Amino acid sequence: MNGFPVITLLTLLPVVAGVALLLGRPAGATARRFAVGAAFLVLLGALGMWIGFTPGDGAMAYVERHAWVPALGVDYFVGVDGIGLLLVVLAAILTPMSLLSGSLPKDRPTLYYALVLFLEAGLIGTFTALNFFHWFIFWELSLIPAFFLVKLWGGAQRDAAATQFFVYTMVGSIAMLLAFLALFLATGTFDFLALARQGQDGKLPEALAKVVGWSGLSGKTLAMLAFTGVFLGFAVKVPCMPFHTWLPDTYATAPTPVTMLLTGAMSKMGVYGFVRILLPIFPDQLRAALPVLTVLAIATILLASWSAFAQVDLKRMLAYSSINHLGYCLLGIFLVVKLNPAVGDPAASRAAIMNGVVLQMFNHGLTAATFFCLLGMLEERSGGLRSMGDFGGLRKVVPIYAGLLGITAFASLGLPGLNGFVGEFLIFRGAFGISPWAAVVAAPGLLITAIFLLTFYQRVFLGPLEPRWAKLPDMTVNERWLVAPALVLMLVLGVMPQLVLGVINPAVTQLVEAVSR
Amino acid sequence: MSILAWPIYVSFLGMLVLLLGNGMRSATARRVALGTMLLAALLTFVGAARYDASGGWAEVARVPWIPQFGIEYHLAVDGISICLLLLTAIASVVGVLFSWNIEHRTRGFYAFYLALIGGVYGVFLSRDLFLLLVFYEIAIVPKYFLIAIWGSTRKEYGAMKLVLYSFVGSALSLAGIVAILAMGWRQLGAPTMDLGVLGNVNWPHGFQLWVFPLMFIGFAFLAGLWPFHSWAPTGHVAAPTAMSMLLAGVVMKLGAYGALRTGVALFPEGLVAWQGTLVTLGVVGILYGALVALVQQDFKFVIGFSSVSHMGFVIIGLLTLNRYGLSGSVLQMFSHGVLAGLLFGVVGRMVYDRTHTRQLGDLEQMQLNKYLPFAAGTFVVAGVAAMGLPGFSGFVAELSILTGAWSAFPGVAILAGVGIVLGVAYTLRAMRRAFFTDPPAGASEGGGHELPPITIQEKVGALILLLASVVVGLYPRILLDYIMPSVDGLLATMAKGGAL
Amino acid sequence: MTTSYLELLKLGGAEALLVVAGLAVLLVDLGVMRDAPLERRMRVAAFGAAAGCVVAGLWALCGGAHGRTPGGVLVIDPLSQLTKTVILLMALATALLSIPARFTRHVGEYFSLLLFGTVGMMLMVSTENILLLFVALELASLTLYVLTAFNDENPDAEEAALKYFLFGGVAAAFLLFGLSLLYGLSGSLDLREIGRALQGRGMEPAVAAAVALVVVGFGFKVAAVPFHLWAPDAYVGAPTPVAALIASGSKVAAFFLLGKVVMVGFTDVAGHAAWGNMQSGWAPTLAILAFFSLLLGNLVAVAQKRVKRLLAYSAIAHAGYMLVAVQALADPAHRSVGFAALLFYVMIYGLTTIGAFGVTGVVERNHEGSDALESFEGLHRRAPVLSFMLMIFFLSLAGIPPMAGFIGKFSLFGVALSAKGGLGLMWLVCFAVAMSAVALYYYLRVLKRGFVMDGPEGAALLRVDLPSVVVLGLLTAGVLALGLFPGLLLDPLTHAISAAGL
Repeated sequence: MNGFPVITLLTLLPVVAGVALLLGRPAGATARRFAVGAAFLVLLGALGMWIGFTPGDGAMAYVERHAWVPALGVDYFVGVDGIGLLLVVLAAILTPMSLLSGSLPKDRPTLYYALVLFLEAGLIGTFTALNFFHWFIFWELSLIPAFFLVKLWGGAQRDAAATQFFVYTMVGSIAMLLAFLALFLATGTFDFLALARQGQDGKLPEALAKVVGWSGLSGKTLAMLAFTGVFLGFAVKVPCMPFHTWLPDTYATAPTPVTMLLTGAMSKMGVYGFVRILLPIFPDQLRAALPVLTVLAIATILLASWSAFAQVDLKRMLAYSSINHLGYCLLGIFLVVKLNPAVGDPAASRAAIMNGVVLQMFNHGLTAATFFCLLGMLEERSGGLRSMGDFGGLRKVVPIYAGLLGITAFASLGLPGLNGFVGEFLIFRGAFGISPWAAVVAAPGLLITAIFLLTFYQRVFLGPLEPRWAKLPDMTVNERWLVAPALVLMLVLGVMPQLVLGVINPAVTQLVEAVSR
Repeated sequence: MSILAWPIYVSFLGMLVLLLGNGMRSATARRVALGTMLLAALLTFVGAARYDASGGWAEVARVPWIPQFGIEYHLAVDGISICLLLLTAIASVVGVLFSWNIEHRTRGFYAFYLALIGGVYGVFLSRDLFLLLVFYEIAIVPKYFLIAIWGSTRKEYGAMKLVLYSFVGSALSLAGIVAILAMGWRQLGAPTMDLGVLGNVNWPHGFQLWVFPLMFIGFAFLAGLWPFHSWAPTGHVAAPTAMSMLLAGVVMKLGAYGALRTGVALFPEGLVAWQGTLVTLGVVGILYGALVALVQQDFKFVIGFSSVSHMGFVIIGLLTLNRYGLSGSVLQMFSHGVLAGLLFGVVGRMVYDRTHTRQLGDLEQMQLNKYLPFAAGTFVVAGVAAMGLPGFSGFVAELSILTGAWSAFPGVAILAGVGIVLGVAYTLRAMRRAFFTDPPAGASEGGGHELPPITIQEKVGALILLLASVVVGLYPRILLDYIMPSVDGLLATMAKGGAL
Repeated sequence: MTTSYLELLKLGGAEALLVVAGLAVLLVDLGVMRDAPLERRMRVAAFGAAAGCVVAGLWALCGGAHGRTPGGVLVIDPLSQLTKTVILLMALATALLSIPARFTRHVGEYFSLLLFGTVGMMLMVSTENILLLFVALELASLTLYVLTAFNDENPDAEEAALKYFLFGGVAAAFLLFGLSLLYGLSGSLDLREIGRALQGRGMEPAVAAAVALVVVGFGFKVAAVPFHLWAPDAYVGAPTPVAALIASGSKVAAFFLLGKVVMVGFTDVAGHAAWGNMQSGWAPTLAILAFFSLLLGNLVAVAQKRVKRLLAYSAIAHAGYMLVAVQALADPAHRSVGFAALLFYVMIYGLTTIGAFGVTGVVERNHEGSDALESFEGLHRRAPVLSFMLMIFFLSLAGIPPMAGFIGKFSLFGVALSAKGGLGLMWLVCFAVAMSAVALYYYLRVLKRGFVMDGPEGAALLRVDLPSVVVLGLLTAGVLALGLFPGLLLDPLTHAISAAGL
């Protein structure tokens, strides 16, 4: 059952590299090269896993399982199915991109690179964990590098932003911890797969009632409470409105390469949590809360895109746009459990919506990270300015940049032919099949997104050119090579989404079937 | 297993050597102390390795002492004792390292130190109730002198307050122990102070109702049970670093251990009757300690109050009467022991001994993350671990306690969770203000750059403690394999009385 | 049956030897040593007294017979001999500790009175006859009154001695009245007969009066509240070695005698001091005395700024502790271990107190007779060995392990609660235990001066004479040894008590 411990190695590699950096203290440029080298190794490993992966029937692959703390029902249990693997690859792609983007941090670069590597380890650990204990360790541990990356190298207000980010996430985590402890007491295990089986068989309420049967609350209520606790933990991370207030400040004040990772990968931890943990374990409870949750998801979609529209700070605009894009994922996850859909073939709709969610996770990660990367280049060249009003007519001066950014923007807005479209399309197709009114109400979000992105493009790149930007240098060769792979992926996945869909579909189908009985 | 009695003797022998060595130089005194503590620690580790966890209690020494009262010199260990002995071993060695810079009356300092450690080892090894009290009280007086002579802020007041509180607590326990002697004599026909025998006695229900709180609260004084905790922050702040480390790290655990072995183990019915009241006090302690830590201006006070808060977790764990809560409580004793030592080491030894100020307002100006990076880094890791972040020992302990609390008194579990969040808040606040605040732009370089570097002793000490926390955090079985069988055995004995 | 004088002599040999020694010391000093320097006179007389104590002690332990003369006038058994030996040890220590003192020119008188007082104490522990009881008590007390006044260095000594004498006289009168009532009730002077006569009579008015009066008499002797008022002044006014003897030897004898009276004579009128279940008798009376002694002794000691007065109030408090143990003597099944615990405690207390006074004496002599707290500052630097001994003595008084005082305290409480219905005494035990926290406070304050404070800069080392060091060293060793191996004293006591048929 335990083959070659690929996942453990992949998780440990960045940690070891980070520790080596801290102990060796090489100079800035050397540190960067070392970190990038380690990140590339991880990428190779991830790609190797991808190639060697057989989707099969959606079961877990590369599984490793050892007893760890038997007294507490804790095992060291890791593995990936298509969904997890996709996200591992995403993290593996984004980390070297983040490391290479931007110039060397002025202050303690070695520590900076070490922290980024630790963050990557945290990400991989979360995406591969199958036991709560181990998963929670990485979930929490990834907070530390993120916190310090924002706090030590961020812009104005970084103190407040970092603290807010940390405390918010911790509060959510504690709620989640308490809920899981209750589950452990009821079922005797922390194992996600086992818990999922129990949840899907509807056994949780009675198990909880037996063990935590205090103050006369019924099993159903207890299960709802547990569900709420776990939900809170993830809702803060995604974020789902109204738990999102930490995000714009953090994204805006963090150094751009860090924001790339935050939006590209860390936010996916939350969505992944919904997919891997909340949905399989609490399908009935999700169903019961569906009306409220659907409203929240739609609110997230609409309000975030509206707020993005209102921003002049480009980074904040993108931050809100991130919230908006992930709102679609949330909508998809919530709708999947709805029984008796309105029209069409339920199984197909569900599969579509879930595939869309997973695909959207990857696509948004890629697109948003690239978007921030490019924005970072502009910010550096303009000496820190990043407000829409500061620029104009840049297309004349930096045509390549304008072109590449244009592609990214269109991918983000969901232009057919680029990757962003496929995910959103699948989600809406499925949504129409399950809950048409929700789809209808959410659709304007797409429209608003299109509007603000186009407005952004128009104000920044078209129109009259201000004299101060006349000498703006265009993208260097290194920078072009940096974003090239991402852009290529955007194009390829836009046209041939099967490359990814083929891998994730079996897992998705199995999940969807399990939760919609 | 008789090797495990030797840490006690070695400590007292070391103390004698120091007492008799009139005219000994400071350097020699330090080496004697370090050598003694290393030897004692080594003996402890060897003994722990030899201990067979499935065998229950292992005898270490047993000699009649005062037969008129059934008192024996009886030492024995189970998994719980081993866990705490290991903590003592680690903390005692690191304590010597952290006080390497004491120049004033060094010989006397280490003499009192070794006496204290000898008493502590003795408490964790005692299987005779009277003997436990003897070692417990032996540990009280050295504390007074250690704080009053080598302490800092209000040292004499802090020392007297601490000692008197401890003594009042142990006085309550003494009264309880005498009552146990009397009642046991009546029930069994002959006097005995053997904890094993006493644990099997069917105590009358009415008796348990008043003896249990006497014993539990008497010992819990030293564990920082609210509202009998106020000696702790004052005392910790007044004490020199090594003492704060030992006080918060080990001595508070003496109280919890005593409460476990005498209150919880002997009188389960009494516990059940008083559970509500005591758990309320425990939870208030968690929240109160955290809230007060949140507003402190003195760095050491933050840690002092955080100790009260963390010990609240230990106390509610003891009251859960299930295996998760109890083993989590013991694990938290170990974890907090190590982490408190680390935190006080940073605040007291690394920061205060150099900057001569503990006010967060002053430290803010000093940019300590630049000039004392090792201290900053250690504090970050220690603070994060103390918050209960997974990967460190505190998480496993709190996880276990919360699990236990869920089935015993769920409302408390939620409040305890709030306590964890507050812990995040005050740790972050202190961390930020002490180490990571940048002075306003244009201000001078700050007073930080003339600080002497961190010595090798401090680094080694900090790393030992860190390692202990990380190892237990990632591989908790290393201690849980000792603790859980003993906890199960304890619960089985208590259940025989029918209370559970 | 008459006893021959030879047998009497053998029975009372120890006392006789000591009387001879006392007379010898007096004669030698008055006759031969008149013109010698004071120092030499003290030394010779002290060693003479010491030799007398040693010889008497050897006779008490090894030589001589055991027996009970008619009427219980002399009761010589292993218990009385053991107690006598301890009292002699205390007198010995006191004599040796007096050597460096210069409080009087009347050397011979001083030492002989010391020895005669000791004889009185020895007789107190060797009798069950209420007449001899009274005579012995008076012998001991009168000599102590006089010795208290022997202090040329302290102008308050005369007043203190007078207070002591007046109080003592009144108390003696009360005691005598009570004893005569007992005689009237029983028609016998023998405690055993009295005990038999009182059986089954309950607390008739006469009995109650007798008990109360006897309690008053003993209450004075042990300095229990409210009969304690003489103690602080006496302890402060008397020369320090005499205060040591008052605190130690006379307490041992007094408690021994009280125990005997209560166990043999008042068996049936014990009563009970249990909370909510009080029955009248000597037990609740003594419990009240204990309570107030603990309360007043400890609380007032906190306010003291002079160590000898502090020790006086602590003596009052310790009398309270000992009275708690007397409660155990009410239960016939438990009283032997109770008496053992009581005697153990009072003996340890005696040895410790002599040590405490001894150290105070040394400090006093180096500070022109001042025993104020300031004199102790920085003792750890000026006299490291002495300060260590001070710590041992004071911590033993506070009841901290591993000193003997802790075992003693525990035994006291243990026997009190283990007696029949003893758990009803929990209120008293809890109170006693709480008061010991107060006690720790004031003992630590003195130790703080000695250890924590560094004292004046460049202060000279203390002058300590050899006899004091030796005696104090032996006492320290004894306190530690008895703390670690209490059996050394407790076992012989237990055997002796059971051999005495109590």
